[in-house]
Amino acid sequence: MSVLSFSGNHRLVDQYDDELKLFRTPWQKFGVVLSVAVFVLIPLLFQDTLFGVDVLSVLAYAAVWSIGAIGLNLLIGFTGQISLGHAFFMAVGAYAAAYFGDDRGWPLLAYLAMAAIIGFVVGAIVGPFALRLRGDYLVVVTIGLVLVGEHLWKNWRSLSGGPGGRSVSASTSIGPLDMTGLNIFGWEFSEEQSRFWFLWAVVALVVVLSRNLIRSRPGRAMQAVRDRDLSAEVIGVSVVKYKIGAFAISSAVAALSGALFAVFLQGFVSFEDFRLLTSINVVAMIIIGGLGSVSGSIMGAVLITVLPRLIESNSDTPLFNWFLESDEGGFVSQAAFNQILFGVLVIVFLIVEPRGLAALWLRIKAYFASWPFSY
Amino acid sequence: MNELLQTLFSGVALGSKYALVALGFVIIFRATGVINFAQGGFVLIGAYLTYNFSVTWGINWYLSILLAMLCGALVGVIVERLLLRQMVGEPSFSIIMMTIGLLFVIRSVVPTIWGFANLQQGGPWGIDTVSLGDVVFAVRELWAIAGAALAITAFFIYFRYSKMGNAMRAVAIDQEAARAQGISVNKVVMISWALAGAVAAIAGVTLSTGNAQLAPTLEVVALAAFPAMILGGLDSPGGAVVGGLVIGIVQQLTGLYQPRHAEFLGEGFSVVMPYVVMVIILVVRPYGLFGTKEVRRA
Repeated sequence: MSVLSFSGNHRLVDQYDDELKLFRTPWQKFGVVLSVAVFVLIPLLFQDTLFGVDVLSVLAYAAVWSIGAIGLNLLIGFTGQISLGHAFFMAVGAYAAAYFGDDRGWPLLAYLAMAAIIGFVVGAIVGPFALRLRGDYLVVVTIGLVLVGEHLWKNWRSLSGGPGGRSVSASTSIGPLDMTGLNIFGWEFSEEQSRFWFLWAVVALVVVLSRNLIRSRPGRAMQAVRDRDLSAEVIGVSVVKYKIGAFAISSAVAALSGALFAVFLQGFVSFEDFRLLTSINVVAMIIIGGLGSVSGSIMGAVLITVLPRLIESNSDTPLFNWFLESDEGGFVSQAAFNQILFGVLVIVFLIVEPRGLAALWLRIKAYFASWPFSY
Repeated sequence: MNELLQTLFSGVALGSKYALVALGFVIIFRATGVINFAQGGFVLIGAYLTYNFSVTWGINWYLSILLAMLCGALVGVIVERLLLRQMVGEPSFSIIMMTIGLLFVIRSVVPTIWGFANLQQGGPWGIDTVSLGDVVFAVRELWAIAGAALAITAFFIYFRYSKMGNAMRAVAIDQEAARAQGISVNKVVMISWALAGAVAAIAGVTLSTGNAQLAPTLEVVALAAFPAMILGGLDSPGGAVVGGLVIGIVQQLTGLYQPRHAEFLGEGFSVVMPYVVMVIILVVRPYGLFGTKEVRRA
């Protein structure tokens, strides 16, 4: 990603060697420090609502969707395998957590790891389809996966509780630390605060793991497969290995997010949470955030999660109440408006900035870094 | 035996509706090389417009369908000009996602205008039935089959003998070569979207006849038509018809026999059966039954 090639300019990536670094520019180190500060401070500062939105709760959801979006971006953005089956893999994780965490009573780390492992295996089983099928055919098969999954969850009653769903109450502690009520050296924190820290810590872990994956040999092989699988094969990249591997890893990350979703956010799981709409949601997140960008996945997930809640809480303000359905009239229901907004956002981003939110940041950076030659 | 005949009949009826939806997919795929996920949305628009013209405004039923087809074609053209033309040269994934974004907008705008309630689509046949021995045919299903057969035949004649139809075939084979022959690819793409919009209107009407069958959930049917389209091959109109019929019949037969002979597969298995068939066929023939095999050169 050689944006510009100014020698001696360390604010832009200008060497191929830079692509192998975890921190490509000094700014990124600064960004990490800033993120950690924000991570620690948000639960302490925003315990109430902001613009009518329960900040910590919304951001907890955003954390789980971020993980899901990163998983999908590894598959679509970095390996170029288009899948609308992400909801199925998330469901696998959610039900794995329900079985091992709730029915079997395993501890937190054990059932999360188990969910990821099962996700990995299921992804590796589905992966070979990508070898045989390309592009549109693969998309439709992954849609089929979600529909077959939906049927499975409705009928596998002993696991899923049937169409009505089931509650999931699993352990949320790592050793003495309860992730829904942290107590550190006598400082007690609320459930929302603890949950925020835990979930975003998992996001951070997934970010580091996927960044490392991308900049190392397998990640670069994945990107070669994305750019042109035939060329990749010619230069000695095993397309079989990396296509299946990408499905497996993407699915493992998705399963992790599904497990967190079931245990920490809902405490309940039903097939309705993992329908085609869910898959499309996650795809929209990575398009809006930026295909092939880890940080973009998070930005997209946060935007798609926060925006509907923000509008919902402010639906009675003059900005929205003339068209949003409420006691005072209006003609668009909240749910319909969310979907319209969401469709329009996807279309606008695809036309105006196909590289997503992540590229906006790159543009700003390039503008200042190349000053006074910015154009 | 009667039971089997009855089921086969309803399978053919369902299949011809699927074939109409799948034909819309195929027309656009041939011209642009992408699946139009918004086709389900077009189906929805066509069905509701027909309802609006015939029931709400009291226009003659046949005229209503024609008007709805015209409007559907117009919607197709507008979508192509405003959105898809911006995406020329973008990867097919982006174009697919754009049509999904469009589907989201349409499926929310339609119930905003017409409401979420189930409505009664008009039509000259009502709920009449015809009996042949012990087998009962609903007249509206016979109409659906006839309508689908008519529309599909008309399309094939147009495709085979008209100048524009030939141009469309040329573009599907090789855009560059077609352009070199003086064919306007832009025009072909535009006409294709118009045709897809019009076909979607017929599909919408045939799908929404019957007792209070007109509901916003109609676009889900487009999902069921995916296997039909894939089964026949994405770029084969004939394949769409065969695929539609096969999927329709298989789905109805599964609905009949699976609860008795394979209960362990669970309730409502017939809904996912088309996808199972599709996956099996794709594993054997990755380009569908009649699709063009992609040639890959280094």
